[in-house]
Amino acid sequence: MATQKERKPLAPPASEWAPALALSWLVPGGGHLLLKKTGRGLLLMAAITSMFLCGLMMRGAMFEPQSGDLLTTLINVGGFIGNLASGVLYLLSRWLGYSQPDVAGAVHDYGTKFLVTAGLLNILAMVDTYEIAIRRKD
Amino acid sequence: MPKMTLSHFEAAILFSLFTSVVMGVVTKNTDRDRLHYGIYTFACFVVALVGLGWLMYLGHG
Repeated sequence: MATQKERKPLAPPASEWAPALALSWLVPGGGHLLLKKTGRGLLLMAAITSMFLCGLMMRGAMFEPQSGDLLTTLINVGGFIGNLASGVLYLLSRWLGYSQPDVAGAVHDYGTKFLVTAGLLNILAMVDTYEIAIRRKD
Repeated sequence: MPKMTLSHFEAAILFSLFTSVVMGVVTKNTDRDRLHYGIYTFACFVVALVGLGWLMYLGHG
């Protein structure tokens, strides 16, 4: 019985998707705009940027990677990755000196969540950009 | 930068709105499906929000 090796489809070259993916991280919705998905790109940009700005206006705290016990490490490193995923929004707010201490209060707490979620939503947008760039999705 | 002070309900509705827009845009393949999914996600958020709110109110006694 002849056995046939199943051939995996070749991964598309990085030059096809890397620029769009990088732009998608840096500017929320930017990857979609680069790939000529203007409507979707503008919607993503508006939603993610608005969420981040609301988080800033609610005086949410930014995470710093800290080590300690497992839970502290997970929360702080995960939160930092979430913040960093917002791309230029995070970099710009840091560069302009935004530094809000983590204080008690429902509004501050919502603000912190808004800031992290904006980054997590941008990760979803980046995945979508990648799938469009490699033509797995229209 | 101006300061924004929202109630729990307003903040949660705003959160639901932004999240639903992104979920709708990235999940489906046609504009019609995206719109439907976005509205569906937003409705789910609101139902969960009101339901959990009542649950906490009743549970608190």
